Formats: sequence, C-alpha cells, structure tokens
Amino acid sequence: MKNNLLQKLTSGALFFAAWANTTAWAVNDLPGGPAVRQLNLQPAATKIAQEQAWLHWFMLIICTVIFVAVFGVMFYSIWKHRKSVGHKSASFHESVKVEIAWTVIPFIIVILMALPATRVVVAQKDTSNADLTIKATGYQWKWGYDYIKGQGEGIAFISTLDNAHREMSNNGAKGVDIDNYLLKVDNPLVVPVNKKVRIITTANDVIHAFAVPSLGVKQDAIPGFVRDTWFRAEAVGDYYGQCQELCGKEHAYMPIHVKVLSAADYSAWVDTEQKKMAAKQDDPAKVWDLAELSKRGEKVYAANCSACHQPTGKGAGPIKPLDGAAVVLNADASKQIMVLLKGQANGAMPAWKQLSDTDIAAVVTYTKNNWSNKTGQLVQPADVRAAR
Amino acid sequence: MSAVLDSHGHGLDHDDHHGAPHGWRRWVYATNHKDIGTLYLLFAFTMLIIGGVLALLIRAELFQPGLQLVNPELFNQLTTMHGLIMVFGAIMPAFVGFANWMIPLQIGASDMAFARMNNFSFWLMIPAAAMLAGSFFMPGGAPAAGWTLYAPLTLQMGPSMDAAIFALHILGASSIMGSINIVVTVLNMRAPGMTLMKMPMFVWTWLITAYLLIAVMPVLAGAITMTLTDRHFGTTFFNPAGGGDPVMYQHIFWFFGHPEVYIMILPAFGIISHIVPAFARKKLFGYASMVYATSSIAILSFIVWAHHMYATGMPVTGQLFFMYATMLISVPTGVKVFNWIATMWKGSMTFETPMLFAVGFIFVFTMGGFTGLILSMAPIDTQVQDTYYVVAHFHYVLVAGSLFAMFAGFYYWCPKWTGVMYNETRGQIHFWWTLISFNVTFFPMHFLGLAGMPRRYADYPMQFADFNALASVGGFLFGFAQVYFFLFVVLPAMRGHGEKASAKPWEAAEGLEWEVPSPAPFHTFENPPKLDATATRVIG
Repeated sequence: MKNNLLQKLTSGALFFAAWANTTAWAVNDLPGGPAVRQLNLQPAATKIAQEQAWLHWFMLIICTVIFVAVFGVMFYSIWKHRKSVGHKSASFHESVKVEIAWTVIPFIIVILMALPATRVVVAQKDTSNADLTIKATGYQWKWGYDYIKGQGEGIAFISTLDNAHREMSNNGAKGVDIDNYLLKVDNPLVVPVNKKVRIITTANDVIHAFAVPSLGVKQDAIPGFVRDTWFRAEAVGDYYGQCQELCGKEHAYMPIHVKVLSAADYSAWVDTEQKKMAAKQDDPAKVWDLAELSKRGEKVYAANCSACHQPTGKGAGPIKPLDGAAVVLNADASKQIMVLLKGQANGAMPAWKQLSDTDIAAVVTYTKNNWSNKTGQLVQPADVRAAR
Repeated sequence: MSAVLDSHGHGLDHDDHHGAPHGWRRWVYATNHKDIGTLYLLFAFTMLIIGGVLALLIRAELFQPGLQLVNPELFNQLTTMHGLIMVFGAIMPAFVGFANWMIPLQIGASDMAFARMNNFSFWLMIPAAAMLAGSFFMPGGAPAAGWTLYAPLTLQMGPSMDAAIFALHILGASSIMGSINIVVTVLNMRAPGMTLMKMPMFVWTWLITAYLLIAVMPVLAGAITMTLTDRHFGTTFFNPAGGGDPVMYQHIFWFFGHPEVYIMILPAFGIISHIVPAFARKKLFGYASMVYATSSIAILSFIVWAHHMYATGMPVTGQLFFMYATMLISVPTGVKVFNWIATMWKGSMTFETPMLFAVGFIFVFTMGGFTGLILSMAPIDTQVQDTYYVVAHFHYVLVAGSLFAMFAGFYYWCPKWTGVMYNETRGQIHFWWTLISFNVTFFPMHFLGLAGMPRRYADYPMQFADFNALASVGGFLFGFAQVYFFLFVVLPAMRGHGEKASAKPWEAAEGLEWEVPSPAPFHTFENPPKLDATATRVIG
C-alpha cells in the first residue's frame, strides 16, 4: 500500500526519464524479482526478509522524523533569522547543558535502534538444524549447486544465464521486453517450501556473492573458504537474485534463480533428477565417433566457452581466438587438455576441471573440428581421464 | 591578482626578497604555500573532470538496458578508475590544496614547515596520476577489480594493475609527506597566543585528518604491496590457491578504507564551521564540543571497518560489535549538525553562494548520514550491501559532503586568493544547478538499490530501466554544471575579472586570513603577528 502511494508520487518525476528513454519498455513486474520502478525492498518470501523489511521501515520512519524535526528548525531559522527581515544576531555560543542533551538523547535513540536489529542478526546467523543443505559454488561466471544433505542428496548441476539473454545484452537489448531479462537460467536451484535450507557458499576462482533479495539472503562465496546462510521460503514460486560481488567481466551475467516447490512437487523433481543423472552417467570407457562427440561439444561450448571466446571462436580483445590457434590445431591434444584442466594466464582462462571427462573430450573435439579448424582429430574421454 | 596567476603582480614585487623564480620555474620550483596550494587545487580539478568523464561514460552506458557503448570489461575499468581517480586524485589533493593555502594564513605562520618537501609532495602526484590515468592505454586496459582492489580478482588483472599499485604507493607517499608537513606546521608555527583551543576549526579538522592519514596510508601500502608480491613473487598472502586469505585483504583494506572516509569529510566539516558563523553573523556554537566531536569521530573510525564486510560471513559477535560501533559514530556526527544549526539559530543570516553551499552541505550530507545509519544495521545491509543503495549513500556523503564543502570553501576564500569577488549570480546558478542535478542523479539510486540492483553492473533487468535513465540525465546535467563553474566562475576570478575584494569581504568573517590584504601577498606573516585575546585579530 505504502509502495503504491510512493509510486504515484514519483511517477511525475519519472515522466522526464520515460520521455528521454525513447524506447517504451513494455515490461511487467517480475514476481520474486524486481518490479517496474520499484521503490522499496522486494516483497518478502521468508520471515527473515520480513524482519529486514520491518527494520528498514522502522529506521526509515525514525530517521525521517528526526530529519524533518531538525531541518524544520533549520528552515524556520532560515526563514525568521535573516538579515533581510531585520533580524539581529544573538550572542550566545555555548551551553554545556544543551551539548550534553544532544549527545545523550541520540545515544539513547541509537541503543533503541540497535535492540530489534540485534534480534534479527542472531536469527539470521542461526544456520543450525537445516532440513536441506546445498553447496553453492561461484565460478566465473556461473553457479554450481551440490545437494549435500537432505532430500535430493547427490544431485549436482551447473546453473548458467540463458545464452540468448547474453546475446541480447551484447546487441543493446533493443526491443527486448521480457520480464526476466538477465535472470533466466538453464537450471534453477530447486528447493522445497517451508523447509529450512542451508546454503553453503564457496568459490572456485574469485569472490562472488550469493544473493536473493526476496529470500533475505546475501552471502559472499569466497575461494578457499566455506561460509553459510539459510532461508525458509514460505510460498511456492520463483525467486531471483544476482551475483553481488564484483567477479570480473561477466559479473552482471550470473543470475540466481531459486524455484520453490511444494513438498510433493519437490519429491517428484528429486526423483526425475536422480533418474536423469543415472541415465546421464556417461560410461567413461565409451568410445565416441566424431559427429556424435562434436555435437555434444557444441553444447558444452555454448554453455561454458562462448561468452569469452565468442560463438565464432575468434575471441575478443585480450581473449585468445580458438579458430586457427596453434594449440587447438596441434596434433598432440594433450596441451589443449591441460589448458582446460589447469587454466592459463593466471586464471584469465579458468580451469574447467569441474566438467566431466566426456564434456572436456567433447569440447576439445568440437574446437578441433569447427570453424576453419578441420583437423579430423578425435579426443576420447579416456584421454582426458589419463591427463587428470 | 598576485598569488594565483600573474607573476608580475604587486604581491611579488614588494614582498619578495629572494628573487623568486618567474614563469614556469615559479611553479616547478614552488616552495610558497600559496603557489603550491593553487597547484594542488588545479590538479584536483583536472582529476575531477577526468573522473567525471569516466562517470559520464558509465552513466551513458547505463542509460538504457543492454550494452550500447562499452563492453563489460571496459565498464569494470571505468568504475574502478572513476573511484580511484576521484578518491586519490580529486578529493584528497583538493583538501591538501585548501590546507596549503589556508593553514599558514589561519595560524599566522609565514609558510608550511617544510617548504621543499611541500613541493616534492605535490610534484610526486603528477607522474602517479599520469600512470594511473594512462593505465587505460596499457595492454589489457586499466585495472578492473573495483577501486577496493579485492583479491583474488586483482591477481587476474593485466600489467596495468602493477601500474596502479605503483601509482597508489606514490600518492600515498605524497599524502604522508603532506600530512607530516601539516602536523609540524600546526603544532610548531602558530602565532604566539593561538593556543590549541583557539585554533580555527579548519586547522583543527586538518590536524586530526593528518594524523589519520599518517596512521592509515601505510596500511594501504601494505595491502597493495602484498597484492604485488602475490602477483609476481610467488607469495600467497591473499591467494587461496596457496592457502592465502582473501578476507584478510578486505580487513586490511578497510582498516585503511574507513578512516579514509573520514579523511575525506573532516576537512569539509572544518570549512563549513567557518562559513556558517560568517554568514549567520554569530560565533560558532559549541567550539569545544566541535573539537571533541571531530576527535571522537576520528577515534571511532578505527573500530568500524568491518561494516563494509557483513556479507563475508563474520561470526554473530563480530557483526554485532561492528554494528554497534558504527551506529555510535552517528552521535558525534549529530552533535556537529546540531551545533551548526544552533549557530544559525537567532543569527542574522544572508545567503551568498558560500552559505548556500554550506546549507546545501548540511541538508544533503545529513541525508547521506542517515542512509549510513540505515546501512550500519547488519540485517538491512544484507539486503542492500553491494547494491545501488550503497552507491547512493557514499555519493551523498562524498559529493554532497566533501565536494559541496569544497565549493563552499572556494566561494568563501576566492576573494582572498584572487583579490576579486566571484560573480554572485553565476555562483548562485552554479549552486542551484548542482544541487538539483545532484539529487536527480543520486536520489533514484536509493530506489534501485532497495529493489536489488547490484552495483558495478554493465547491464541490468528491464525493471530498473526508468530510474537508470533518470540518473543518467541527472549525471550529465551535474557534469555540465561543473564545466560552467570552471569556465564562468573560476577562470574569470583567476584572471582578475570582477569587483575588487577588500581584505575582509565578508561582514562577519573571523580569522587571521582576513587580516591580510586581498589578494594575499606572496609572503604573509613573515614576523609572527601579535594577536588579541581571541586569536582572531592582529593587534600589532
């Protein structure tokens, strides 16, 4: 309600911006994500987020009251105590009593503010007794989710921004009016409703931050360290967040999508996921043919490599091209495999050891036989396994 | 027009016994505090414009969703360099410029204590700034790890990172030399009778600031040196791959970084504490409590650093300690605001441009102070850490705080520096234009941050489009206002166009700087002046 009122008040100010922005964005509010011209925190989907929103209103109201009172005095003084209205200046310039008063009273106000905040801090930090524990790993630039404990244990997948959105961004997002622009991922993080979900964060390369505003969580994901946070979503739905710690050039392109399902739907999801995983288990000893492996490699490339090396394989700026590159054309594939496993140039080319042997073999094979590269070479998963 | 540009002015002729150099030598070999102050201010304004152009490139890219002008890599370089240049190239040197000009004049000293070191600390900044700004042209472009230079992202940067580290080392050395100079000058060279508790507030705030600088610049130097050895010499202070600790970098950086915030605002408090009494025609209310409040802010600034790091995952006791300590800072800051308003109360106020900027400062800076209080609460910070809310907050305190105070100080002391009054109409246009465009730029950022738009994003979801467009429009208006200021206010004054200023052009201004002619002669107070009981007038 308060939001609506504020929205109306500011819509006038926004007229100019809307006019300046010649494209009319026909975009709608995104439930679980930002609303159009939203003025306040996103609608809370957890107790903690509600508490945060309450605290914010509490602080905003107190601060506004103090602000209006203090500056009311100042503007009254500006109005009345001007030379142009003939006011003569008084000569007082100190008063210990007044100084003590306006030191002690704000001190008391600050203590009153700290009390409710303390309660929320303690609640936020209590990650014990979780029903489900999931590890979120930040990679440049995607999230890896591993279900560590609880229903669904063993499920693991990578979650990446929809490549079509990344391309729209490159093309200036002209005429794009989709509600989840830059927030759509291939594999959302799926969790059950009304269960305490503990998120353990870590990172593979640099610091990232796992943040979902409507769930009231934000926790840095720090390489070499394990940190945790938690949420208990109170309604089924989709909730969106983004990486919130500068992590390199694709920082804006590693969203978080949390899909909250009912207990039954969640069980069904875990079921199919586990079946899929069993089916997907590649037989590492399988010997692939070129067409089959290249086709798989194309998918791996689009999901992991093309953001930097470009779909054309030409690279961009400091990013090396793959098309025509010596290391790719080399008859000995081992060097290229090592680059993928270990990374290169101080991590500017990250290590990809988290991909499966089959995926690495596939993407190496793909780059060796795509664009102007026509080596006809085939790298088998067994070669990658040997190189690990 | 002696002290600013014209080397043949009367100031030089009758005061100069040493045959001081003319032409370019006057500036390169400068040992006069007024000349060095002028150099600092011009340098800082140049950097303000460079940093401003970077900011406008950022705002132009963010005008609409999607990438139009720059790629994400360059975008990160722009945000990083905007921050570094504004903090280390614009705000800090500008205050040193004010200190050079005003401290000797305000304490009745003939010059700074170490005149040649003063020259060195200025000229060190030129190669450092050139290296910093020039890093855009190095292979791989400028550093893109954010102005906070968090590890381990810094380990992935190209050679420009080393250039930036070297530049920061040099700027740090320059700052430390400048600070030592200020401390020694203030403690040893005050005119007889000016006891510490009779010192002008600007001198007090700078004395405290100088101690803060000496305490924390070496800490920054340590952090970036460790980054350098991690990058090149196989150490792993911050590199987790070798067992290093990236969070330790943040602790060290913010142990520098938070006092740094006060380094950039305390001298501003000092300037405002001169202007408000002058235009209210009434003595500063609660001088002693102003001194104690400034000192408390400085001391507290050392124990609040980790409020920048709530999201790293501190233990609950750590979060609570830093939350309480941070909230405590609002008490002495509040005292300062109350004192200023009490100074205005029952005064006889006029609103020339310096006073407009001072009142604008108090009003808008306090908004930044309140968002700071809101941010200090760890649970709210969980929502808005690293979002545009933070961007809005620190621009409210750094632009509407530090920069507005410097504008106020410029208009206030311009007659003393140049010998002419600035053009009042143009000054007022500059004020209103700046105030309005500032708020159009930064106020919408509060909404963006609350709604969850992360900072340092080259592209953003469509829902954020309108406020970003509004902020961009405001940003350009704000930028043009500063060009107007330089071309139509500063330059004419420097050229000596305008009404001649008397020694004390402001009716109720107090302090020794108003006891010397306008423009201030090349040499002032060559013999220690005899002061009256309040240490604000020369009596012989």
